[in-house]
Amino acid sequence: MPPTNGSPMIDVKNLTKWYGPVLAVDDISFHVDRGQIVGFLGPNGAGKSTTLRILTSFLPATGGKATVAGFDVLAESMEVRRRIGYMPESVPLYGEMRVREYLTYRAALREIPRRERRAAVDRVAQRCWLSEPEDMMRRRLDQLSRGYKQRVGLADVLLHNPPVLILDEPTIGLDPAQIRAMRDLITGLAAEHTVILSSHILAEVEQTCSHLIIIAGGRIVAAGTSGELRQRVIGPNRIITEMKGAEPNVLAADVGGLDSVGDVQVQRAGNWTRLMIAANDDSDPRSAIFQLAAKKDYTIRELRREVASLEDFFVQITYEQNTQTTDQSA
Amino acid sequence: MRKTLIIARRELAAYFVSPMAYVIGGLFLLASALWFFHSIFIPGRQASLRPLFEAMAYILTFALPLLTMRLVADEVHTGTVETLMTAPITEAHVIVGKFLGVMGFYLALLATTLVLLVLMAIYGQPDTGVVTMGYLGMVLVGALFVSVGLFASAMTSYQLVAAIVAAGICAAMVLLPQAVIATGLAPWDRLASRLSVMMYVKDTARGVFDTRGVIFFVTTSAVFLYLSIKTMESRRWR
Ligand SMILES: Nc1ncnc2c1ncn2[C@@H]1O[C@H](COP(=O)(O)OP(=O)(O)OP(=O)(O)O)[C@@H](O)[C@H]1O
Ligand SMILES: [Mg+2]
Repeated sequence: MPPTNGSPMIDVKNLTKWYGPVLAVDDISFHVDRGQIVGFLGPNGAGKSTTLRILTSFLPATGGKATVAGFDVLAESMEVRRRIGYMPESVPLYGEMRVREYLTYRAALREIPRRERRAAVDRVAQRCWLSEPEDMMRRRLDQLSRGYKQRVGLADVLLHNPPVLILDEPTIGLDPAQIRAMRDLITGLAAEHTVILSSHILAEVEQTCSHLIIIAGGRIVAAGTSGELRQRVIGPNRIITEMKGAEPNVLAADVGGLDSVGDVQVQRAGNWTRLMIAANDDSDPRSAIFQLAAKKDYTIRELRREVASLEDFFVQITYEQNTQTTDQSA
Repeated sequence: MRKTLIIARRELAAYFVSPMAYVIGGLFLLASALWFFHSIFIPGRQASLRPLFEAMAYILTFALPLLTMRLVADEVHTGTVETLMTAPITEAHVIVGKFLGVMGFYLALLATTLVLLVLMAIYGQPDTGVVTMGYLGMVLVGALFVSVGLFASAMTSYQLVAAIVAAGICAAMVLLPQAVIATGLAPWDRLASRLSVMMYVKDTARGVFDTRGVIFFVTTSAVFLYLSIKTMESRRWR
């Protein structure tokens, strides 16, 4: 049954995967709509690769259900495979083959008619910057640099123009220029393809992806657009200010008396007082603080809203994850 | 069928650029040639290829497992199995394709032993019937050993383990029935002679066409190919 326009391209419900006694994916559910680029973000061992492998129908899940383009990954595996392009984490290739030979072989496996194979290979080579240098297509795969192997892997995935692309850490091991090029390429794919990619690096995923799914310990800990996540994750605004003109505790009490201000922490900074202020709800108390200072004749040398980063949140998750795993192994 | 041939072609091409395959092929030829000059190519003796075919069967017991050990094990070890098995292709396509690929290389290897035949012809006229049957026997016993090798390679991701397991199974199929026959215990000796790889090889080496032999090799090869497919399928559930 092909997906109707409204139904998601990838639909995952209560997916669970045990490797023997190891729980790698713990009851996760999410969906990816047509044309979205979704970033799957998580620390090492979070279960990213495992989830992606289940989506490609390479691994069977222990429990739950997943459909890709409307087809069940287990029951309709062949239909799923025809509609996906999957690039595994390590980009495994047959070392003894040449670039063109390999891509032509993959095109044949992908059921591209013989007459069209050459054109398909040329098209993806062009797109993945393999047409230069001139002899690139004749080189042996085991003699390519990491970045070029990655390009061959990506070219392979695009050969049959599949509606769904599943990329496991597509930018790992690339130099900054290549990372940018890869990112642009992936962004450009969104028009025709639905993409799900995994990464450890938040900054990168934020730039490429319309949606993020943060996974740790086999569970989804947060999901949404990066804007939504920021809102949810970061909580109320924090204001930092440094002022003088009264004793620190007096300053803290005055500022703390404002309606929009919640908790206030005090720190001395030379003869200045540094206040770290948690705002109530979504309010921004900066103008109120400024007016207070003007009225009481306090001097302000700093007044700023701290933009807490998603990065902090992500690092914290990663950190918790790592301490948990070390606890377990101890 | 088309996909099987795609796999077969890739596998065959891989052998032709693999130094390992040439080393193994070279050793096989060397061993066959040594045997040939040592015990057959003796001027004045009657020209018979019989011992050569028998010796080749023994050599293949160890040479073919070395050729087949990488087939599935290496795909799993390097991870290419992930790209392979996420393409629209079944385990049966892969196993049969790989089987045909190795058989292609093996036939090429076998063809090179025809050189020995030419040498032989200088001294005496080898019987065409015997030669044809002998080579048919070599093809059949090769198919069986290759299937065993594939099966062993599908069981593990360690090539060396695959080679040892395959050589073990092949050697057992060659030696065990002979040992049982040697005991002369009825009815086991008769049964063993029906299951003896070497008995059938000796038949063909004498130029005798035995349908039972053909059936034996074809069915045992098919069984091991089937087991390879099932083993490869089960990998996903382990
Ligand atoms: N074949 C396997 N057998 C047993 N356990 C496995 C296997 N593959 C993965 N695991 C375990 O499952 C968990 C999730 O692994 P997975 O590879 O999905 O993580 P990941 O998020 O992709 O990590 P990374 O960022 O390091 O690639 C880990 O604890 C890992 O040790
Ligand atoms: Mg991974």
